[in-house]
Amino acid sequence: MASPVTPSARYNTMIHLHGIHKTYFGAQPLHVLKGIDLDIAEGELVSIMGASGSGKSTLLNILGILDDYDEGEYSLAGTLIKDLSETRAAEYRNRLIGFIFQSFNLIGFKTAVENVELPLFYQGVSRKKRHQMAMEELAKMGLTDWAEHYPNEMSGGQRQRVAIARALVTRPKIILADEPTGALDSKTGVEVMELLKRLNREEGITMVIVTHDPNVAAQTNRIIRIKDGVIEE
Amino acid sequence: MIDLDSYHELLETLLRNKTRSFLTGFGVFWGVFMLVALMGGGAGMKEMLSNNFEGFATNSAIIWAQPTTKPYHGFRKGRMWTLSTSDIQRLQEQVPQIDVVSPMLNKWGVQAVNGDNKFNANVKGLLPNYAKVETPKLYYGRYINDMDIAQQRKVCVIGKRVYKTLFPQGGDPCGQLVRLDSVYYTVIGVDYSTGNMSVNGTADESVAIPLSLMQRAFNRGDEIEMIAITARPGTTINDITPRIREVIARAHHVDPADEKSVMVFNTEVLFGMMDNLFDGVDLLIWLVGIGTLLAGAIGVSNIMMVTVKERTTEIGIRRAIGATPRVILTQIISESILLTAVAGMTGILFAVMILQMMELGFTEDGIVQSHFQVTFWIAVGAAALLAALGVLAGLAPAARAMAIKPVDAMREE
Repeated sequence: MASPVTPSARYNTMIHLHGIHKTYFGAQPLHVLKGIDLDIAEGELVSIMGASGSGKSTLLNILGILDDYDEGEYSLAGTLIKDLSETRAAEYRNRLIGFIFQSFNLIGFKTAVENVELPLFYQGVSRKKRHQMAMEELAKMGLTDWAEHYPNEMSGGQRQRVAIARALVTRPKIILADEPTGALDSKTGVEVMELLKRLNREEGITMVIVTHDPNVAAQTNRIIRIKDGVIEE
Repeated sequence: MIDLDSYHELLETLLRNKTRSFLTGFGVFWGVFMLVALMGGGAGMKEMLSNNFEGFATNSAIIWAQPTTKPYHGFRKGRMWTLSTSDIQRLQEQVPQIDVVSPMLNKWGVQAVNGDNKFNANVKGLLPNYAKVETPKLYYGRYINDMDIAQQRKVCVIGKRVYKTLFPQGGDPCGQLVRLDSVYYTVIGVDYSTGNMSVNGTADESVAIPLSLMQRAFNRGDEIEMIAITARPGTTINDITPRIREVIARAHHVDPADEKSVMVFNTEVLFGMMDNLFDGVDLLIWLVGIGTLLAGAIGVSNIMMVTVKERTTEIGIRRAIGATPRVILTQIISESILLTAVAGMTGILFAVMILQMMELGFTEDGIVQSHFQVTFWIAVGAAALLAALGVLAGLAPAARAMAIKPVDAMREE
């Protein structure tokens, strides 16, 4: 895979945030992030915790190149992510980042395997190849038999595993998970966490999990707590 | 990415909502159908109406006598008078702008007989130059010529319906005899012209005989019933009408200002009215057709807007996992084009089919009377118009889809 990533001196630092500020300009300007400094090394499993309104979702959006920041510097895998065009942002999201959402965000009218294929479709991978890759990924999740099923025919845990397969199929540098267990019962939530931990351990994928569940946070290597737009030490 | 997959995506999206796609497409279908069908139908109607005037000189006028309405030269008003043979020469000599002066006599309800077959015909006494006023379509034989006039030959040119009735077995009737009242005439030609614009009865129910013969055989002296004239190119009938009236009136002791007595019927005015009518109809067709088509396209745009709104989450997800704005733009516009094009092509097809049926319905003896079918290039033009409309209809929804941020996908929970 031709990677747009240019190797740099800070190879071991996967995510580097320095003095990130973000303000939402609405009727009342809202200073959400007030100078975030954060480094996450390659292969780390990190959780971000914070009360609602603390800015953790905004931080996740910035990490996921879904939103811009006003001030500071964000490098992902040695690439400075700043003032990107929509097209470049889409390309980086596609190649560098895998997303896992609380509500799975699968496309309802596509089967499990088609959902997993979609990121590859946007990379221009041929139909046969991407089908094969998607099936491999689903097999890892133990969902081979469910490949041709639609999301609404599956349980929450199965859907989340499809979403994880979709996040992993492009071999991203990092996985960003937004409350991955939030919509699951505790037993399934534990299973999904076990899965994420295993992926982190065995494949060495850097993971950032946003959560407000202390049990989930406790299973990660490092807990980053955000309060009022700054990181609490 | 320009491969089967893109089309697969498109079809999938459109087919997912069959009813909606169908109803949306129907607006465009109906618009195109209306436009093409009206264009073809309008042209066909125009031709049908023009057929009525076919072969009739457009710069012509008919002159005939009516009882006077004004006293003149000591005569009271209400006096009857007739045109006479000498008027022909008068007009030719005194109104130089006149090209053809063709006098005629006629008699209605004359029984034309051939064996057991009878037809109640309209007998017209004509000169050969009448062919310049109303062009005959000779199916068999020839028209009346100068020798027929000079020798007062007992010959006749029969109209289509006369021919069909008197000679039901068909074939060339030239040389056969037809009896009118008590005199036998040799058929010299069959006139197939079917125009309804004609002087004193349509050609297809008429039997034309030499004028000189008619004056004698039907006891009309040097009386003339009507004079048809055509103006020279560059002259309008309106310009010479007063002069014509003056020349005729003076010779017959009629007040030259008596417009109701010396009737000069200007066919030019009639043709002008027809032209205006057709222009109006054309304009209406375009207005209605384009209007309907636009309404259809706006319908497509509208529905696509709703669709995009409904698909905010889906589009957001796609953006989050790597769809570039261009991919989204292409998808929405392609959907719009595909929907418009498929519906529009069906409309064109359907319209062409209907027009073809109309054309078949108006075919007589294997001759197409009226061409309803649109040309190939009109169809191509309509298709191009559709593609353009498809793009236009897709623009606003695409712009809205582009504005969807991946974050929105997560907010729409």
